[in-house]
Order: sequence, then C-alpha cells, then structure tokens
Amino acid sequence: MSVNIKIKNAVKRYGQSTIISDLSLEIKEGEFFTLLGPSGCGKTTLLRMIAGFNTIEGGDFYFNDKRINLLDPAKRNIGMVFQNYAIFPHLSVRQNVAFGLKNRKFPRDRIEAETQKFLELMKIDQYKDRMPEKLSGGQQQRVALARALVIQPDVLLMDEPLSNLDAKLRVEMRFAIKEIQNRVGITTVYVTHDQEEAMAISDRIAVMKDGVIQHIGKPKDLYQRPANLFVSTFIGRTNLLEAKLVVEAGRARLAFPGGFELAMENVRDECRKSQDVIVSIRPEEFVIADGSGAGLKTIVDSSVFLGLNTHYFVHLETGQQLEIIQESKIDEIIPNLSGIALSVKSEKINVFTADGSVNILKGVSDDKTAVGEV
Amino acid sequence: MARRKMFDIWSVLYVAIFAAYAIFLLYPMYSILRNSVIGEDGRLTLQWFVKFFSAKYYSQTLIHSFNVTIWTTILTLIIGVPLAYFYNMYEIKGKAFIQVLIILCSMSAPFIGAYAWIQLLGRMGVVTVFIRNLTGLTIPNIYGFNGILLVLTLQLFPLVFLYVSGALKNIDNSLLEASDNLGCTGVKRFFKVVVPLCMPTILAASLLVFMRAFADFGTPLLIGEGYRVFPVEIYTQFLGETGTDYSFAAAISVIAILITAAFFMVQRALSKRFAFTMNALHPIERKPAKGMFKVLIHFYTYFVVGLAFLPQLYIVYQSFQNTSGKLFKEGYSFSSYTTSIKRMSDAIPNTFIIGGIALVAVVLIAIVIAYLVVRRSNVVTTAIDTMSMLPYIIPGSVVGIALVMAFNKKPLVLTGTVAIMVIALCIRRLPYTIRSSVAILQQIPITIEEAAISLGASKMKTFFRITVPMMSNGIISGAIISWVTIITELSTAIILYNSKTITLTLAIYTFVTRGNYGYAAALATVLTALTIVSLMVFMKFSKSKEITF
Repeated sequence: MSVNIKIKNAVKRYGQSTIISDLSLEIKEGEFFTLLGPSGCGKTTLLRMIAGFNTIEGGDFYFNDKRINLLDPAKRNIGMVFQNYAIFPHLSVRQNVAFGLKNRKFPRDRIEAETQKFLELMKIDQYKDRMPEKLSGGQQQRVALARALVIQPDVLLMDEPLSNLDAKLRVEMRFAIKEIQNRVGITTVYVTHDQEEAMAISDRIAVMKDGVIQHIGKPKDLYQRPANLFVSTFIGRTNLLEAKLVVEAGRARLAFPGGFELAMENVRDECRKSQDVIVSIRPEEFVIADGSGAGLKTIVDSSVFLGLNTHYFVHLETGQQLEIIQESKIDEIIPNLSGIALSVKSEKINVFTADGSVNILKGVSDDKTAVGEV
Repeated sequence: MARRKMFDIWSVLYVAIFAAYAIFLLYPMYSILRNSVIGEDGRLTLQWFVKFFSAKYYSQTLIHSFNVTIWTTILTLIIGVPLAYFYNMYEIKGKAFIQVLIILCSMSAPFIGAYAWIQLLGRMGVVTVFIRNLTGLTIPNIYGFNGILLVLTLQLFPLVFLYVSGALKNIDNSLLEASDNLGCTGVKRFFKVVVPLCMPTILAASLLVFMRAFADFGTPLLIGEGYRVFPVEIYTQFLGETGTDYSFAAAISVIAILITAAFFMVQRALSKRFAFTMNALHPIERKPAKGMFKVLIHFYTYFVVGLAFLPQLYIVYQSFQNTSGKLFKEGYSFSSYTTSIKRMSDAIPNTFIIGGIALVAVVLIAIVIAYLVVRRSNVVTTAIDTMSMLPYIIPGSVVGIALVMAFNKKPLVLTGTVAIMVIALCIRRLPYTIRSSVAILQQIPITIEEAAISLGASKMKTFFRITVPMMSNGIISGAIISWVTIITELSTAIILYNSKTITLTLAIYTFVTRGNYGYAAALATVLTALTIVSLMVFMKFSKSKEITF
C-alpha cells in the first residue's frame, strides 16, 4: 500500500547551525519524486528525516494522515536504498533480501516465496547464494533494491543510489529503477545531485539550495520555465546576460547592451515595468543570423564539432563569453574570428529580476507555492 | 518506547565503564601520585624527587635508560626499515616462512631472549667457550649495555618491520614509477620517496619501540648486571632485597610516566606534520633482484632473521637436554618438561584461566567502548576514550605498583588474587584492543546499520546480528594478538603474582632466576608452541594477515 507524504514547516538543526529552516512539501501517492540540488543543500538530510535516521527539530511529517515524527525508524515501513548500497557483507544475497521479512516474523515458506519473487524481478536470481563481495556494483545495486522492495514498504527512499556506478551502468540502472517503480507503484523519494539523472527518472523534482526548496515541478517545467535564476543555471546549461526591460505603451521589450532589442510578449502583468533584468538564454536558443542582420554582435573564438550538434564559443563586444549549440549543417563550420550576429528564440528564453529571485515570464509552474495550505 | 529502553542500557554501560576506569585506573594512579609527594610525616613533600635527582646513584639510571632506549630505537630502524623494504620490493626465497619467524621473534618475552643470549655468549656461553677453546680469544663482554642493546634490538626490530611493511603495502606502485620516470631511482628513491611516504608509520613504530625498550625490565635485570636502568630501579625500590620504599618507588614511577608522556606528545606532534592518507590502487609488486644485489639482500635478510631467531632455537634444543640439578649433561629426553610441569603444576592452568578471563573481558569491553566512541560520541565517551589510552604511556611495572598501592588495604583488598592479575592485564591491553576495534568499526559504514533498522530490526538486534558479525574477523584476529601479549606479559604480573597465581611466563622467569635453565627452556618451548598455535589460528581468521600491536 502506497502513501502520500506531507512535510510541513520542517526544521533541522545540528547544534548551532540550521540546515533546514522551514520546509514544506507534498509528495503524491505512487509518485517518483526527486530531491535535486548541489552537495550540502540539505537533500540527504531531508531524506534521512523521512527515514527516521535524523532527528526532526521542528515541523510535522505525515504518511497519509499518520504523523511519523517520533515513530521508530524500524516501524515506519520504509524501504531504503543507500548510496553505498549497505549490503550486509556477511550474509548471502538471498539472506540479504530475506533479512527484512525475517524481522517481520513471516512464516518461512512465505519468506522464501517473496524473496524468490524479488530476486527474479531484479534479475539476480542466479546469484542468490553468492556473497556480496563477489558481485559487481550493478548487481549489488539490484540486491539493495530487491531488499528494500521485498518488505512491501509504504515508501521507497533512495539516497544517490547510482553515484557509485560507471556512466553506462548508471544509465542502464536508471531505466531499471524507473521500470520497477512503475510496476510496483510505490511512492518513491529519490535524492541526487545529477540533474540529468533527475530529469530522466522523475515524475516531479524539487530543486533545493541551502535548505530551501527553489522550485517543484515536472522536468519539462524546470528546464523550460525555471522559477528563479538558480534553477535555470542548475538545470541544464545556460548563458546569462544583463539587460533592461523597457515597457512603453504596455509593450515590453528587452534592450541588450550594444543596441540589440527584442520584443517580449509573455511578461507577467504584475512585472510589466521598466527594470534591470537578467536574461537566461540556453545555448540552443540562439539563432545565428545571416550576414550582418539584427542581433547580438559576437566574434567566434572556437568551435567543437560533436556530430549531431556543433558548439560555438563566441564573445560579445563587452568581452562576455557565450556558448551556442547549433544542429550541425552540411556547410563549412564558421571559422574562428568571424563576426556573427545572434538572434534568440524569444518564446524560449527566460527573464529574471535583477536579484535573480523571480522569473517574470508567464507559464512558470511551481508546486512549491501550493504546499503551504495542505 | 524502544529508543527509551536502549538509551537506558547504554547509559548503564557508560556509568559502569566509567566507574570501572575510575576505580581500577584513576584511583591507583592517584595512589601512586599521592605516595610520591607525601612524606613519612604525612606532609606534602618533594623529598623523594630531590633524593632521586641529587644522588648520582639513582639519577644515572635515567641516563642509562635513555642510552639504551635511544640506541635501541635507532638500531631497530636501521635494521627494520631496509629489511621491510627488501622484503616487500623484491622476491626473497622463503618469504612466507621468514615472515612467520619475524612475527615469532616479536612475540616472545624479551627476558627469554636475554637469558638465551647469556647461554650463548655469556661467560660460560657455548659460543664463548667454543671460541676460547679454538682461538684462545675471549669475545667482548655481553653483560651490561651491549647485551641489553643486543637483546632489545633483536627483540624489537620485528615491530619496525611489521609496521613499515604495512605502510609499504599502502604505497601505490605508480608513485614509485613516477619517481623512476622523473629520474629518481635506487638508493636515492629509497630516501627521497619511500622513507618520506612511510614517515608517519616509522614515527609510530619508533614510539612503540621506545615505549617497549624504556619499560622493559626483564632484559636489563638478567643481562644488565651493573648497568642499572630505570624500570629495574623502580622494581628494586618496590620489592628489592634492600628493603622496600613505596614512596621512592612511587616517585620514580611518576618520573617514568612524565617521560613517556612527553615522548608520546612529541611523537603525536611529529606525526601530525607528516600525516597524509594513502590508498594503493596498484600495490607494489615484488620484483626479482639481480646479480650481486640479489645475493646481498638474501644474505642480509637471512642473517638478521637467523640471528633474531637463534635464541629461540637454542632454547628448544636446551629443553630436550638432560639435566642434573642446574647443570646440563649428556643425552636427550623429555625430563625437563615432565619435571618443570610437575614443579609448576599451576602455571599452565593459571595461564589459561587468567589469560582467558582477561582476554574475554578485554574483547567485550573494547567492543562496547569502541561502539560508544564511534557511534554514540559524547562527552562521557570521549572521557572514557582518553582514560582508556592512559595505560599506553604507563610502563607495565608502574601499573603493577599502582595497583598494589591502591588495593593492598581496605576497603578493597585484591593483592594476591586472580582478580588483580586480570584487572592489570585488562588495563594494559585495552588501549591496543580499543584502537583496533575503533578502526574496524569506523570502516563499517553506518548506513549498514541503518539499513538493518529500516528493515525492521531493533537496535539491539542490529548490534548483535549485523555490527558484531561484521566486526568479528577483525575482533578475532585482534583478540589472538592480545592473547599472545597477555600470556607473555611479565613486567606487571611479576609485581602482582604469588605462588597461587603464577603463570607460564612467570614460571619461566622464576626458573631462570633460580638457575634452572633446563626447566626454563622446557616451559619457554611450551610458550613458543602456544604462540605458534595462536598464530596459526590468527592466520586462518585474519583477512589482511596484518599484525598490529
């Protein structure tokens, strides 16, 4: 049976230092939810509060309607997968998987049946009598997952489970995890600092920084309409340019230093006033204009041909460097030191207030704002 | 609910361990300190210290001790570091056997080496007599400084060898290759790269050798003759034939502790400067040596190890010789064994009873303290941790004297009991066992325990079913080393034992002092056999095969 998780005004302190000051969050039943952020942002701390391994200094944690703040970790019915797998090295694969069932005092035949079922589900059936040290990293990962899932937990918690695997296996296990989660349909909280991994695997993502949630949304929302400057730089690559938002007769346009101007149709009404802004333009949102048309005047420094795409590194007259990604063309690659003009796909770029705290465009979908009233 | 209960169990353990240390370590240390500064009239006085430093007769023991200790440390490094280097860098024939011999050398009681060397090189020693008969020359005197130095060096260089071997195993081969690549090879590489990389370990080994050499008193007592050193002086002041002087013995003990403490601090400060961590992805592989160099390193290795093991071999030989009274005579038999075991019928059972109880206590206490220190660190556990390390810097004879001073009068009279022997052994051995248990536990990620808890196991169950089994390999191999050091312990036990609590090592010592060399040899051989069996068990259990003292 799966649950939804509600966290209200959570506080975490270690001695004098406050890691999380006031955090609220709701995770839906059966959802694959990811906590994403740079190291030290408090994501693992929050996960371990849910698991019961960290004390909770304030706020309320609920599984459905049951408050779990003081519930013993052994009784929360949680499946947990650790960064280092935490496989018991002195127990065989089968004994590892059966460990949780034995603690629940299930009858022996049921333990065997359930263990076998999950060994098969995770495709580690053939290794069941091996000791863990004889397994590869990917196989250990599967044991850890089987062990966490076999107890039919209400919640599955995963703390950077793929960070110890090599790149190829990581991609492979991503799909394995996603598939098994879909099949079992269990509420899953996943912690990672790898934004690509988070995008690939999650239903929704909460981006965290310094113990504060910056944005909660679907991967597409985070990438295309990040709630603030931090999210736009943390998810994917981007170029930041200072510019002025000029509003005249109700029409808004961006004025870049050097003279290039761009009409903006989708500025939110309450933000339609002249102000300094920061414009976030992803490398693929530039369009290299022909000849000397209107656009940002730049000089090509270097280029990298990667097959599907070609990356150009250019600089503006101000000296600021920009990265551009273009689908590779059959024509010659633009030679270094050429002058090119850049226009941008105005519907795709994002514009933030000068302090970077708010995206002033329409279409930002952020569940963070909806949590407070739960 | 469950958490509440667990909290109580651990709290009881905190208090119990803390109290035990207060009673059996702090109180005896206080007794010794108190005795050292209280005069016969009950007033505070420094007269005992003044007496020590003003009379050359006493104060020169200090200079003697420093002479012995510093030269021993230097010589063990000169012998042990190159030996470890050759052993780990090059193919040496019979290397497994050599290692076993070196470990055995390190594990025998030093005084046994001393008396064996007297048998070989003493005034009537076999070698001395042989050379005199052959050439008419008398070889240099083995008694005094030279003898102590010889015995202690051969006894303690194995520690340097084992420590440095461990460090060399952690050096990544690519570091040596990089050095070669940059033009630093051979002897230059040894001094510029290998030695600096091993520096933290060399310092740790030096400290250990220093402490052992400084505190050892069996060797100087037997072979030192007129060359009086510090620990012997403590012993003679405390138990000597010239009448006992508790206060003076206490004062000398305090001086001893201050000296070892100072060296401990210096070593700590030095190692901090050299501290770095290494992890060998590609450990050094032994290469075959070529030509003259190959002959030289083989000769060096065999010579050093042979010399160090010679006394033990000779003792085994002697144990089968027939004796008549104190003299050896023609023919071989087991009579030394039967007689010595009959005469000291308690010694073997006592060794197992006292050693066994002490071992179990040491292991259990060490596991609990390690768990408290690593997993439940707080002010109390830090205090326990610090206290438990104190005996590391206290010479064994001082521990013995302190216990006698504390527990030879009411309310708690323990002198002459098995209990006081066990307590002494626990106090002396715990610092090492706690260190190794802490190291083992630190290598077990806490997430493994959390995994067990999240799978529904209680904290107690997690401790016994997950934590302890995961530690078990390390604990068992550590326990075996503890066992060997416990059964060969002399300096504390000699102050505390009586005829009822005599152990094998003490029995050997008694026979040696009485001149019953045949019997001593027989029991020493039994002790060696016991050590070999323990070592074989160790090799079976220990994964790393690394011995740490």
